[in-house]
Amino acid sequence: MSFPWAKHYEPKNPVMQWVDSRLPLPRFVYNAVGAGYPVPRNLNYWWNFGVLAGVALVCQLITGIVLAMHFHSSAASAFDSVNVGIMRDVNAGWFLRFAHANGASMFFVVIYIHMFRGLYYGSYKAPREMVWLLGVVIFLLLMATAFMGYVLPWGQMSFWGAQVITGFFSAIPVVGDWVRVWLLGGYAPDDAALNRFFSLHYLLPFVIAGAVILHIWALHIPGSSNPTGVEVKGEQDTVPFHPYYTAKDGLGVVVFLILFSVLIFFAPDYLGHPDNYIPANPLSTPAHIVPEWYFWPFYAILRAFTADFILPAKLWGVLAMFGSILLLFFLPWLDKSPVRSGSYRPMYKVAFWVLVVDVLVLGYCGGSPAEPLYVILSQIAAAYYFAHFLIIVPIISHLETPKPLPGSITEAVLTKTGA
Amino acid sequence: MAIEADLAGPENPRRRDYLQYAAVSVAAVGAGVVVFPLVNSMNPSADVLAQSSTEVDLSKIEPGQAIKTSFRKQPLFVRNLTPKEIAEADAVPVSALRDPQTLEQRTAKGHTNWLITLGVCTHLGCVPLGAGEGENRGPFGGYFCPCHGSAYDTAGRIRQGPAPKNLEVPKYNFTSDTVVVVG
Repeated sequence: MSFPWAKHYEPKNPVMQWVDSRLPLPRFVYNAVGAGYPVPRNLNYWWNFGVLAGVALVCQLITGIVLAMHFHSSAASAFDSVNVGIMRDVNAGWFLRFAHANGASMFFVVIYIHMFRGLYYGSYKAPREMVWLLGVVIFLLLMATAFMGYVLPWGQMSFWGAQVITGFFSAIPVVGDWVRVWLLGGYAPDDAALNRFFSLHYLLPFVIAGAVILHIWALHIPGSSNPTGVEVKGEQDTVPFHPYYTAKDGLGVVVFLILFSVLIFFAPDYLGHPDNYIPANPLSTPAHIVPEWYFWPFYAILRAFTADFILPAKLWGVLAMFGSILLLFFLPWLDKSPVRSGSYRPMYKVAFWVLVVDVLVLGYCGGSPAEPLYVILSQIAAAYYFAHFLIIVPIISHLETPKPLPGSITEAVLTKTGA
Repeated sequence: MAIEADLAGPENPRRRDYLQYAAVSVAAVGAGVVVFPLVNSMNPSADVLAQSSTEVDLSKIEPGQAIKTSFRKQPLFVRNLTPKEIAEADAVPVSALRDPQTLEQRTAKGHTNWLITLGVCTHLGCVPLGAGEGENRGPFGGYFCPCHGSAYDTAGRIRQGPAPKNLEVPKYNFTSDTVVVVG
C-alpha cells in the first residue's frame, strides 16, 4: 500500500506516541488522508468530488440522526410530524429538514459528477477495477437509501413512489406478487412499510459508510489516478495529500457549501414536488407521478418499454432499469483500450460527451409526463445508453488510435506550463 | 497421540471430515431456523390480514355509475355496468386480448352487471381513473391509468399501454341482491 517514498508517521506528541503504539489509528488516518498518502501532482478540480461525496454523506448522517429524534414513523402521524412538528414546532427543525432533503440532491449532484469523472478519465481500468465496482455498489445503496427516505414524510409522492417502486418487484415472474407483499408487509404501503423503510433508511447510511471505507482502501492500493492516466513513475510525480489536496479539496468544500446554502435558504422546495405537501391518500393517485430528479434517467428507461416482446413490457422495463446500472459493473472489461484518459482518446472523448447528452435527455424525459413524444425520445435515448456501453465503447477500443501519451506526469505538467 | 491418530490418522482419514460436515450442517440448520422468523416477520402481520373483508352496499349505485371503496387498504372499484357497456365487453374477441378473459368469467353468475375489481393498475400500482364522477375513462370506456397510460375496457381488461394483466377481481360473495362481501 502506497509508494516507498510516502512519509512515515512519527508523532512528536507523547500522547499520540502512546496511542499509536497501542492502536495505530492515528497512523491509519495519516496514511489515508494525511501527509502519508502521496497523490499525483496534476489532479484537477474534477478530483474534488470524492471528498465532496464524503462531506455530503456526513451532512446527511448528522442531519438525519437529529431529524430521527423528531420523526414519527406511523402512517397516521408521519406527515404531521414532518410538516407540522419538524417544520414549525421543533427549534430549527425547518433548517434540518431542508438541509436533509436538499442534502440528498447535493449528494447526487456530486456522485454523478464523480461517476462521469471516472468515465472520462478511465478511472475504472486496471488496476482500479475494484474501486469502480465498490463505487457502483455505493451508488446502488445510495439510491435505495434516498428512495426510502423520500417515503418517510408520507405525502402523496412518498406514498405513490413507494407503490410504484415496490411494484417493480411484482414484475418478477411467478413469485413477484408474493415478494411485493413481503416487502411492504401488506397489500399496499401502510404502517408496516413505513416502519421498515424508516429502519432501513437509518441502517443503510452506515452500510454506505462501510462501503466507502472499502472504496478508499481499494483506491489506496494502486493510488489515485490522474488526468493523464499515466501511472506515477517516481517521487517527482506526487505531492503529499496533506496539505496539498486537503487545501484544494477545502476550496471545493467551500463552493459546495455555498451552493448547498443557496438551495436551503433561497430555494428549499425547488427540487421537491408540491404534491408531497398533500398527505398520502391511498385512493387517489396524483396525475403525474415522478420520482426525485436524480432518478429521472432511470425512470425514463423504465417507461421506455411499452410493447410485449416474449416477456411482458413491464418486466422488460424493470430489467432494463436495473440493467442500466448493473451494466456499469462490467465496464472495466468492456473497455479494452489500454489508454485510460479520455484526453488522449479522440473517439472515446466524443462518445463520452454524447453519453452525457444522452443521460440528460433521459433525465428530461423521465421528469416529463408519459406522452408519446417523450416515450419515443426515451426509447431512442435508452437504446443509445445501452449501445454506448455494449457496442460503441468496445468497438472504439479496437478502432481508435490514441494520441501520444506524455512520458510521465511531471513531463505533462512541465510541458503544459511551458517550463 | 493415540487420540490424534484416532481422529486424523492416515488409516482413518474420513472420521474428521465426517465430524466437520456434521458440525457445519447443524450450524447451517440452526442459522436457517433463526433466519426464518426474521424473514417471515416481514410478511403481513395478523392485524393487516384481519382487515381482509369489506362489505359493500350496492343499492345506491345507478347503472353506469361506479364507486371507489377500500379493501385491504387498496382501492376497490364497484361498477354497475349499463347494458351497452356489457354488450361492448362481450363484442370483443377474447383471443385478441393480452390477458384473455370474458366478462362472464370476471363477474358473478347472475350479476354480470356488477364489475368488482381492485383499483390497482397491474403495471405499477397506480389508481386508474374512471370510477369517480366525470373522470377520464380512456379510449375503451373502462378505466384509464394516468401514470403510464394503461387503458382498461368495460370489463376491466387491459387493452392498451404497459400493464400486463387485467384489473384483479378479488373473491367476493353476494349475500343478497344489494350487498356484496369482498374478501
